[in-house]
Amino acid sequence: MAESLVVQGEMKRRDFFEVAGAGLFVFFGAESVEGQEPGRLPGRQSGPADFNAYLKIGADGRVTCLAGKVELGQGAMTELAGALAEELDVALDTVDVVMGDTELCPYDMGTFGSMCTPLLWPAVRRAGAEAKAVLLEMASERLQAPVGQLQVKSGSIRQLGKPSNAVTYGQLVEGKRIERHLENVPVKAAGFAVIGTSPMRKDGVDKVTGKAEYAGDIVLPGMLHAAILRPPAHGATLKSADTSAAEKTRGVRVVKDGGMIAVLHERPDIAVEALGKIKADWENPPTGPDDKTIFEHIQKTAPQPRVVGQSGDLAEGERMVGSVIEETYLNSYVAHAPMETHSATAQTEDGKVTVWASSQAPFQVQRAVASALGMPAEKVRIISRYVGGGFGGKTEADQGVEAARLAKITGKPVQVVYSRQEEFFYDRFRPAAVMRIRAGVAGGKIVLWDSHVFGAGDREANPFYDIPHKRVTSAGGWMGGNPAGMNPFAVGAWRAPSVNSNTFARESHIDALAAKAGMDPLEFRLNNLTNPRVRRVLETAAKQFGWKAGRAPTGRGAGMACGMYSNACNATMVEVAVNRGTGAVQVKRVVMALDEGLVVNPDGMRQQAEGCVIMGLGYSLAEEVRFRNGEVLDTNFDTYQIPRFSWLPKIEIVLVDNPETPALGGGEPPIIAMGAALANAIFDAVGARLLQLPMTPERVKAAVAKT
Amino acid sequence: MERTISFTLNGKAAAVKTDDERILLWVLRSDLGLTGTKFGCGEGLCGACTVIVGNEAVRSCATPLKAVAGKRVMTIEGIGQNGLHAIQHAFLEHRAFQCGYCTSGMIVSAYALLLKTPRPTREQIVRHMEDNLCRCGSHVRILDAIQEAAGAAQAGV
Repeated sequence: MAESLVVQGEMKRRDFFEVAGAGLFVFFGAESVEGQEPGRLPGRQSGPADFNAYLKIGADGRVTCLAGKVELGQGAMTELAGALAEELDVALDTVDVVMGDTELCPYDMGTFGSMCTPLLWPAVRRAGAEAKAVLLEMASERLQAPVGQLQVKSGSIRQLGKPSNAVTYGQLVEGKRIERHLENVPVKAAGFAVIGTSPMRKDGVDKVTGKAEYAGDIVLPGMLHAAILRPPAHGATLKSADTSAAEKTRGVRVVKDGGMIAVLHERPDIAVEALGKIKADWENPPTGPDDKTIFEHIQKTAPQPRVVGQSGDLAEGERMVGSVIEETYLNSYVAHAPMETHSATAQTEDGKVTVWASSQAPFQVQRAVASALGMPAEKVRIISRYVGGGFGGKTEADQGVEAARLAKITGKPVQVVYSRQEEFFYDRFRPAAVMRIRAGVAGGKIVLWDSHVFGAGDREANPFYDIPHKRVTSAGGWMGGNPAGMNPFAVGAWRAPSVNSNTFARESHIDALAAKAGMDPLEFRLNNLTNPRVRRVLETAAKQFGWKAGRAPTGRGAGMACGMYSNACNATMVEVAVNRGTGAVQVKRVVMALDEGLVVNPDGMRQQAEGCVIMGLGYSLAEEVRFRNGEVLDTNFDTYQIPRFSWLPKIEIVLVDNPETPALGGGEPPIIAMGAALANAIFDAVGARLLQLPMTPERVKAAVAKT
Repeated sequence: MERTISFTLNGKAAAVKTDDERILLWVLRSDLGLTGTKFGCGEGLCGACTVIVGNEAVRSCATPLKAVAGKRVMTIEGIGQNGLHAIQHAFLEHRAFQCGYCTSGMIVSAYALLLKTPRPTREQIVRHMEDNLCRCGSHVRILDAIQEAAGAAQAGV
């Protein structure tokens, strides 16, 4: 029954209900994972790692992988299918993947922190290995042959030397539900069929034909589209709302519930038009910071700093230094701006609610919906199958709660799709940040480092350079726990949270120290760095780039930066041309060397790295959310510029070979060094040091004017 | 004004009786159930909603329904109806997408480009695709895919 519904990697929504009905289930427990320092995981992931996953083998021999993580575009679907294909010895195109479905998939905290590859992928591999061992045992009983004489190929098990004595996985599990456990089954150590290759993406055909269904593409009978009244500014309160004109629109229903005013219609555009007829009177919030005063404000309102790195004695360092540089670096609020806005479709049926939601964390949305509706979580099902980009911005999914509330009230399926304005307004931006660094050098060695970061968070604030006397403090951050009012709106995780800001400041300052010491930036870094993996990516990038030693500014427009994130290492080298008249920066070339441990899918890793280079151009050169008194001023792509085709540099990604280190996440590490590499290249080109991201033409022009 | 608007949609006759000022994107997605065309910005700034009207790539989120009366409209669903088109093949081969949300608009825009300029230069592709936004950063691959598809289409593949 269930098997006939699972066809060629494509399942109808309805069929998801049946998939778990029959077949072989392999459960496996969590293990500690090598290569992932627990301290680098987001706080919410701490405690016993509970990332059980399971797989199913249908009577037709097709394998289904069920994973609580979400396909955001990063290629997880293909990678996880590959883990099972590898260990089960089946063809990749016979593996289907169901992701992000709270009813069918094992619990998962969320798809963030570059954790799919280091945590879930090895777990799925172990599941595949265990399943294969169980199937071999079953085949041994069925075929009356010892396991040692059995061979598996493409999901078929046969006796060596007696090929007619054979059985397929599908035949073994048909009509049965078997649960067996085997302990400590090793995964393949060599002879990989899938690992290290770059297979076609499982989501490819759906995406190039427009058939991939996102949360806002779900169509249900009788469905209503909701347009919701939103405040003009954060902190504004509704004094009154006259909805009479909206209610007169044919087919419109207005719902008022717990502060929410929603206009519903069977056509989304008519709902939006009717919403525009509501006369709302808002009380504006008291004056607050804007995008210019925010940096003062953050330093004033930040919580008590915490020491996150310390060694030696600062006073001793001060005595040793030959020269000191003190600088304050700034970074702006940045939007996630995924192409798909937050969307959700909700349906209530028989005391249950199902919400298709664009979310990176469907199990968190499940709890939020259950709580909002006063229902037990097991009556709430969240499905996040295809999500149109996340970058950290879809960890929360308030639109899912809104759709569920409205579906419950109206008794009809309800879809909520944020407008681009709502997307910008409710985005949990990457926080603005201030990084103050005082550091000094003696004899080519950094001997003093005293740094204080406000607002960004502490990840990678503590430099990995060998510095005898240092103190690093951090106050406030993206993860919450900030005093009310420190940020005028919600902030959150944005691709490599904390690390883009901290790397920008640290690596800019390293270059400033190198220049003051009269040293080449590469030589200076290597002179202060013993970490062999960071040294290696630096040397690899330098070779690929053809780095020519020199003391900046050389006029060449070459810059570098390096960094770490979640145990991955990144060295980025760039070449820019700066127009002194306009301040415009054209990035000509980006070379990036990455140590990502074992590379599971080289092309998938390159895709992530290329994406990070391009997204990195955005936050480095253009992206900045402007605001005033709680009002977000950038609300669409006319004023909020994200990278375009004409911005493209030549991109060269080098993946250093390091199979001894377990596979590391790849979605975030490649983005971290773009800001500083570009700042250092601009300095090398024109001798002006940019201390604030983004390095817009106006800021570059102003900095050049000061030289 | 409510009236029946007739046009050719992906090679077949289509008629919708509705307010003719309504936006094409929503009529396609909601009235006609063609959800391959995506909403991205609502102001013609991102290209996710791109469709072809006549031989032109247009932003369906900024096009009233009445503007397509009597015209030929093609959406992503109309491309590769009899097996994948060369552009779609090239997008697959180059993995010229990540999240896939901009992909329909990218492919439809590229299709429109090749209608008029079967053998575009890299610069022509960049210029034509400039206002199609991709947040995942698949740009290099998209350009490569379009260039390859143009070559394949020329070779009659």
